[in-house]
Amino acid sequence: MAFLRKKIYALAGFNTISLGTGRKEFHPKKPRPGIEHYIKEAGLGAITQVKNPDAIDEGVIGNFIAERFCKQGNLGGFFPMVHPTFQYKPCIRVEGACDSGGLALVTAVKTILSDVADVVLVIGVEVQNSVKAVYGADYLAAAGWFSGERKKGHAYFFPDQFSRRAGACFKKFGKKKVRQGMAQWYVNAIENARKNPNAQEYHNRNPELFATAMTPPNPEVFCEHINVFDCSKVSDGGSAIIFASENGLEKLGVEKKNAAEVIAFAQVQDNLTTPPPDMTKLSTCEVAAKKVYERAGIKPNDLSVLEVHDCFTIAGLLAIEAAGFADYGEGADFVKDGKTKADGVIPTNTTGGLIGYGHPTGATGVRQAVDVVAQLSGKAGDCQVRIDSNRPFGMLSSMGGNDKTVVTMVFKKPD
Amino acid sequence: MTLNERLQNVTVIGAAGKMGSGIAVLIAQEMARIKLMPENRDKVFRINLVDISEKALDGLRSYLHTQILKVAEKSAVMLRKIYEDRTDLIENADIINTFVQDTLALTNYSTELSIAKNSHLVFEAIYENEKLKIKILKQLKRICPADTLFLTNTSSIPISYLDEKAGLEGRIIGYHFYNPPVVQRLVEVIQAKDTTDELKNIAQELGRRLRKKLVPSNDISGFIGNGHFMRDGLYALSQLDSLKRQFRFPGAVYVMNRISQDFLLRPMGIFQLIDYVGINVFQCILKVMRTHLGDTGLRSKLVDKLIKLGIQGGQYPDGSQRDGFLKYEKGKPVGIYDIRKKEYFIFDDKWTQKIDKKIGPLPDGFVPWKALLRDPENKKKLAIHFSKLKNMNTPGAELALKYLKKTKAIAEKLVKDGVANSYDDVNAVLTNGFYWLYGPVNDYV
Repeated sequence: MAFLRKKIYALAGFNTISLGTGRKEFHPKKPRPGIEHYIKEAGLGAITQVKNPDAIDEGVIGNFIAERFCKQGNLGGFFPMVHPTFQYKPCIRVEGACDSGGLALVTAVKTILSDVADVVLVIGVEVQNSVKAVYGADYLAAAGWFSGERKKGHAYFFPDQFSRRAGACFKKFGKKKVRQGMAQWYVNAIENARKNPNAQEYHNRNPELFATAMTPPNPEVFCEHINVFDCSKVSDGGSAIIFASENGLEKLGVEKKNAAEVIAFAQVQDNLTTPPPDMTKLSTCEVAAKKVYERAGIKPNDLSVLEVHDCFTIAGLLAIEAAGFADYGEGADFVKDGKTKADGVIPTNTTGGLIGYGHPTGATGVRQAVDVVAQLSGKAGDCQVRIDSNRPFGMLSSMGGNDKTVVTMVFKKPD
Repeated sequence: MTLNERLQNVTVIGAAGKMGSGIAVLIAQEMARIKLMPENRDKVFRINLVDISEKALDGLRSYLHTQILKVAEKSAVMLRKIYEDRTDLIENADIINTFVQDTLALTNYSTELSIAKNSHLVFEAIYENEKLKIKILKQLKRICPADTLFLTNTSSIPISYLDEKAGLEGRIIGYHFYNPPVVQRLVEVIQAKDTTDELKNIAQELGRRLRKKLVPSNDISGFIGNGHFMRDGLYALSQLDSLKRQFRFPGAVYVMNRISQDFLLRPMGIFQLIDYVGINVFQCILKVMRTHLGDTGLRSKLVDKLIKLGIQGGQYPDGSQRDGFLKYEKGKPVGIYDIRKKEYFIFDDKWTQKIDKKIGPLPDGFVPWKALLRDPENKKKLAIHFSKLKNMNTPGAELALKYLKKTKAIAEKLVKDGVANSYDDVNAVLTNGFYWLYGPVNDYV
């Protein structure tokens, strides 16, 4: 029996440019678009792809922490600004740290399953370049347990959390191989981003990516085991995608061949107040992957494309293991051997991921859905990978906090 | 007395100036770091900042705030450790702001030298005027405790001469920061004949603490930095005479500026650099060197004439560039002073292209200074650049190679005359203090 009680489809995805360091048009001292701009640009980008946008019943906005970066709450209030027909329609903002976008996807699916809506527009958004990274690090630290962890934590709280994971992996699996795997992850991210005109690293022309990635860490000013190239970017950006039931598709005027089916999802929550049970694995991501495979009735090798949450290169390696593609401790080898590249065993983060495209936190989960659906629909442009008809599935895994809040979702290529 | 004990009470004279304000930032943050150690929290630390006007001191207050904030933002990792026991300070922002407050709390501002009465360490960074420096050092000798050590930021006056005139009996050393002190790593250290061992050690220890690159220079007027820069500048000025016949005066200035910046791959052209330092400062240093070295060649009639005409370069109080040889808009050259017409000539692309055509192109594959600075392969690329230049036979290449040879000869003479102990020291000053990609003593010519 199918996991979902009725068929749900995803379509009309749209990503804005991920703006921040690396983009030629970015200048830290010049004025930039605000959060409302990204909500509108992303929302319009999606709805202009359908015949009847007035068929959209509800909105969901995924955002982590606009209250601090932009001094803005009540984000649902921007929904009617996207299109006049949205006036007086429901909209809810959801938050789950860097998994806010993933939770927004799940919220849309649940809303449709509940029969209160046939069509939901999901928008993910974050604007982070409003403050210097040293202050942004404080805001993002809210993804951890503030009263229990922040005081004793590092100035760059989350980079340090994952630096410790890298350190634990170095110790357990050998520093050379893990470090090289992390560097290869960075190389792949940039190479993929160079094919994606919206990516923050699109303009990157560095001929020595691997050497750059191997830059020794400087614990005096940053972290002990990772360098800045191991980190995802500080980004401003928005993404949007439409979820619809079969009825909804009809009302939108969209044929099924132009939409990917949502096969299953899993939403898994770990306790924020307890430390990770094992620093060398993403235990919650693993649970979420296992659940979604079971619900979809598929195995990892049924996937043609994968999106994981590489907020740090080490998270990328561990996410590959959690998704079942490499055994425990072998993610680094898997990546080093090129198996996650666009032409590899499982093309992963084919548009750059969080390191290459960028990480506008609240938008990321939505951006992952947009990119998986584009791949499955053959609309990924220069980033397009081969979607095997024997392996018609794509999966995303979106993570919030240090492996605390996870959403996985499996989509199927349009028939 | 240890350095930490001396750092409990410090005075900076000329603190609102370009150099003094930078030195104030560096010393204040080091004092704050020591003050915040658990064993020092009950002790009083003071940095007295002295300058001639209250208005200048107001500017200094705001400069210090901005700079200390920048330093704190970059040191967040360390600051979290320093404030580990302050349970009320949780976020980086709390910690950074507290460090800024704690540092600014150490500062005293005054227009009176008498505020230095308890200082055991004094930095002197006033205008490069030897009479004034001697007068102030003499007054400070009376005001300060008998063991106070003096670090002077003079860039040209022999330290033994200041020592003798002020009667400091070896309690003085040359400690020449480069502009701006918070950014530039270089400090030239010049021992006077009688500089005490204690002061020599303190100077080394302080350099390590401030993470500066200390390069020793001997006590000969101009030292290494100005010893090279003044003669390098005079050479460029001397070339204007012959060039102006072909290009007229503004064209000649443009050519030498471009040769030094692009053909020789320096961070800025020679005339832009003279403007940055200040034509008046350039003139003043030449005078000091001329007097102490007895070398009448250390003079430029053109510079004297420009100063008379009120063309002096340097910076406005807000740090923006004042017009000199070149006219600037938003820090970029847009015109050149025409000495004959006594007004600025505003150039356009057509004009520069015409001159560029006459002097010939840059070597193929030219990469500007800024890109090379970050390039790990820059040594190799520089060698290729200069070897191509040698085979070009254009007027531009010829001027550049002549300049490169002259620059090398100036450096070699500094060693021969005993100003520098080695070619490495000269190269270290030019690469660390002037941001050259290569030292003047090299194998390129």
